This record gives sequence, structure tokens and C-alpha cells, in this order.
Amino acid sequence: MTTTAPETVATTAAEPARTTPAHGPSARRSTPLTIAMLAALAYFLLPLFWLLIASTKSAQDLFDSFGLWFSHTPRLLTNIKETFTQDNGVFARWLLNTVVYAVVSAVGAALLAAAGGYGFAKFRFRGDRIAFNLVLGAVMVPTTALAIPTYLLFAKAGLVNTPWAVILPSLVNPFGLYLMRIYAADAIPDSLLEAARIDGAGEAKIFFRIALRLLAPGLVTVLLFTLVATWNNYFLPLIMLNDTSLYPITVGLSSWAAQAQNGGAGASSDMIALVVTGSLISIVPLVAAFLLLQRYWQSGLATGGVKQ
Amino acid sequence: MAAVRRHRSAGPLFVAPFLVLFLLLFLAPLGYAAYLSLFQERLIGGTVFVGLDNYVQALGDSQLLHGVGRVALFFVIQVPVMLLLALLFALALDSGLLRLARVIRLGIFVPYAVPSVVAALMWGYLYGPDFGPFAQLSRKLDLPVPHFLSDGWMLGSLANIVTWEFVGYNMIILYAALRTIPHELYEAAAMDGAGAWRIAWSVKLPALRPALMLTLLFSVIGSFQLFNEPNLLMKIAPAVISSSYTANLYAYSLAFTGNQVNYAATVSFLLGLLIVIVSYGVLLTANRRRTP
Repeated sequence: MTTTAPETVATTAAEPARTTPAHGPSARRSTPLTIAMLAALAYFLLPLFWLLIASTKSAQDLFDSFGLWFSHTPRLLTNIKETFTQDNGVFARWLLNTVVYAVVSAVGAALLAAAGGYGFAKFRFRGDRIAFNLVLGAVMVPTTALAIPTYLLFAKAGLVNTPWAVILPSLVNPFGLYLMRIYAADAIPDSLLEAARIDGAGEAKIFFRIALRLLAPGLVTVLLFTLVATWNNYFLPLIMLNDTSLYPITVGLSSWAAQAQNGGAGASSDMIALVVTGSLISIVPLVAAFLLLQRYWQSGLATGGVKQ
Repeated sequence: MAAVRRHRSAGPLFVAPFLVLFLLLFLAPLGYAAYLSLFQERLIGGTVFVGLDNYVQALGDSQLLHGVGRVALFFVIQVPVMLLLALLFALALDSGLLRLARVIRLGIFVPYAVPSVVAALMWGYLYGPDFGPFAQLSRKLDLPVPHFLSDGWMLGSLANIVTWEFVGYNMIILYAALRTIPHELYEAAAMDGAGAWRIAWSVKLPALRPALMLTLLFSVIGSFQLFNEPNLLMKIAPAVISSSYTANLYAYSLAFTGNQVNYAATVSFLLGLLIVIVSYGVLLTANRRRTP
């Protein structure tokens, strides 16, 4: 994003400039309302605070010390080290798998949705309305109801227990296509396309050089949503993958949690500390990406929520 | 428009990659599930065509009906609470009356970045009778220890996890929609003597309709296919959460532990159909209300 054009498009398409608060220029602040909202905030941050504290404890301390404060012997680094060395370092493998699945799915889904949305927004062709409505109708079809049939189909095709079994279904994002169509209709002026055509540019070149750049904010939104959806996906990899070394972090943590639960005393009960620390490690990248890129969440969601 | 028409040949090429994958990964599984649902595997005679027998069986299957009933109850109770909270938070953030508004907005949204697996694990440990802080506090204060994972509490405990995960997401959708309402509308309403509550009720809420519909639709889809949270809590409360606790858990256990592939396809297909029907029902009811 080296040009300023997409920035302006982002603001006009999704968030009309409204810098002042809704109720007049004077900054009246309400203390009771702020306190009520801070109480709500405490509820949302409490489990994360607990997770942070719990990650510094041994399995024994988890049982013996108060959950919402540190024990006398904090050992976050030991826990992290043990999480990464357990089962020959399979945790690092799970993290890597998750990154690969999420990034490939997100980039692929965003590009497919952008091309499709652009095609539907800027071209008229035979069957375009039927095709678009079919895709739009699919927004309501739940992905998990599709997952078991997809598994059965993939089993026939020999795709089960491969990374493709997780990546391929994540590439099709009907809601993403819908968002990109709305976005393309607003962000790409017909006159610009026309001018490029008169200059003799081919359709592919126009899309990659001009349209994609104007679509960038919408593209990033779809990218982020697919990234989160794939990163957090549990049901699909759970049914598709048998091989522990192919697991993403969600399925891996769940299998550790099951071990911790079934083991009872001895070595297995130490697993709880690893499950807790692994959980903390697994959310750090997404939460960081989230806080850094939060502008895009809001503008993208505005596009989807306002125009129907 | 003339220019657009001249380039009609390029349009299909842009939509083709998406549509091909859509066909292969969306419509084909649906079609395959529909096809499988018409057969049964028998000990004698192998796989035989049985017409709609599987559907007849499903509609009289008390395990499935209980699972569907449970997620319907979940939907009726959890979704209004979640959306009401999201709406109140969004209105509070948009009112301009808050201090620390940015911190509050981000903090409430952050759980959306937490995988539902991790959310369920965390809450599962928090609920726990051993080292859960609620149980620890109750013991310290000599109060009865709350049994969040018991039969009576479980659906509420699950609802709390889902609410925790998705209030912020819905809040951001609503907040983003609020930010697009033209400023002049507020000024006009204020000029007419409307107070903050009146403006929220008469100007903001009607403008939020499309965004509220979107959040409601996502919630229909989310609650009827409830799986991750009960699947995780099942491990710490196996006596409470059975393998048919929700419709989706039931389909999963049919396919993978029961090996009843054809019946699992039937259940998946019916569940998808039910969600589409409820979604359209929600849309139609809302549209009818708008034009009395």
C-alpha cells in the first residue's frame, strides 16, 4: 500500500469522516457509564488474565495456589520450554502447521473473493445474477453441516489426512465474495477502467495493476477474517486429520487436554500446565495481529453490515 | 455501460476460479450428502437404496430431536442476551460519553481472536471444582461451591462461553454501522428536542436494522451448529455431555464412532436444511415487521 488512494476509499466506503462525538462538540463524559463499561471489560479480560497467571505455575501450584494471583514460584519460562519439548517438540510443529494452513487459506480465499467480487461488480454476462444469488444463498449454509459430507467426498478422493483437506474448504468464502462485490462496486470507478482500456491495457493487467490496489482495504478484511477462521478452526481439521504431525494447534491442544484429563495422577497431570501454557502461546500471534490491524476489522464489517 | 458490455467476455474469467471451487467444495458435498442419505448399509445385501427411510428414521430419532431441541433452547436464550449486550456496548461506545472508549472497545473485541478451543479450555478450568477460582473463593468464604459443570448448569455455562467469545464481534459490527449514520440526523433530532435515549431509540436503532439482521443471521448459523465448546467440555464432564448433546455432536459421533456414514449424511443434510429454514424465517419475519 504505497499509494494513498486505497486509504481514502476505505474512509469513504466504510466510515464517513465523523471525528467529533455524536452529541455536540463539548466533551461531556459520563463517569457512571464508564464504570459500568469497565466492569464489562473486566469480565472479558478475566479469563485471559487467569490464563496469563496460570501459565506461570506448575501443575501442583495450579491446584494449591489461588487462581487469580501468582504463586511463590513463578516458572513461565520453564513451562514454555516444556511445552516446546514435550513429545519431541510436536507443539512447534502444530504452530507451524497452523501458520501454513491459515496463511495459504487466507491469501487464497482473499484473492479468489476479490477476483470474483470484481467480476460480478464490474461485468455483465449470461447467468451472472443466478450465479451470484447461488453464492449468496450459500452464506446461510453452515460450514460444519458441510464438513462431514466434505470429509466423505475427500475420503473417496484420497485427500483425507493431507494439508489440502484443511486448506481447500477454507478457500471458498461466500461471505467474502459478497463483501468484495460491494466493495468493488464502490471503490473502482467505471471511468478508470474505461480509461485503462482506451490506453490498451488488457483485462488481466487492469485487474492486477489497478483494481487490486483499489480493493486492498477490502482484501485485507477478507484476508484477516479467513486467517482468524482458519487459525481457530477445530471441527474441520479434527475430522480430516489423523496424523498428529499434521494437526493444527487447536486439535493438538485438545488432544493434550484429553490426555491431561484421562491421566489422573503422575506424569499426565503435569500435562495441565502444558495445555495452559500452550493455550497462551497459541493466542499471542492472533491477539497481536488483531490489535495492530484493528482498523480493517471495523471498516470491513461496516461494509457488510450497512449495505444489504 | 457500453464499455462494460464490450468486455463481457472477461467477466466469467474473473468469477470462474471462485465458482469452480464453489462447485467442487460446496455444492458437490451437499449433493453427495443428499445422495448418501438415500442409501443404507446392511449386514446382508451391502449398500441398498432405501428412498427416504433415513429421513423417516431421523425425524423419529429422539437423540437427534433432543439435540436439536437443546440448540434451539440455546438459540432462544443465548442469542438475545448476546445481541442485547452487543447493542448496549455499541451504543455506549458511540455515545461519546465514555472515557477510555478505545481501550474498552478493543478489550471487549479481543476474545474474538481467541480460538473457541482455547476459550472452552480456559472456561472449563475456570468452572472447575478443583482449581477454578470461583470454587476456590467459595471455599475460602465457606459458601457452597458452584457446580458450573453439572447437568443443570451446563447449558448456561456453554452459553456464557459463546457469549464471551462473540459479544465483541457483534458489538463491532453494530458499532461500525453506527459510525456511518450521518451526523446531521442527530442534529436534526436534537433540534426537535430529542434527548440521548430518544435519539438512540428513534434514530440509531432503525438505522441499525441491516447490521442487526446480519448479526442475527450469523447467530442462527452459529448456535444451531454448536460443536466446539460442548466437544471440549465433554472431556471434563463426560457424564453430563453425551455424544448427542447437540445435533452436530450427534452427526460427528455417528460418522466417526458409529461408522453410520449414510445416517450421518442424513443428519448433516437435515441440520443444514433446518439452519437455512430458520435463517429465512428470521429474515421474512423481520421484513414483514418493517412493512406492516
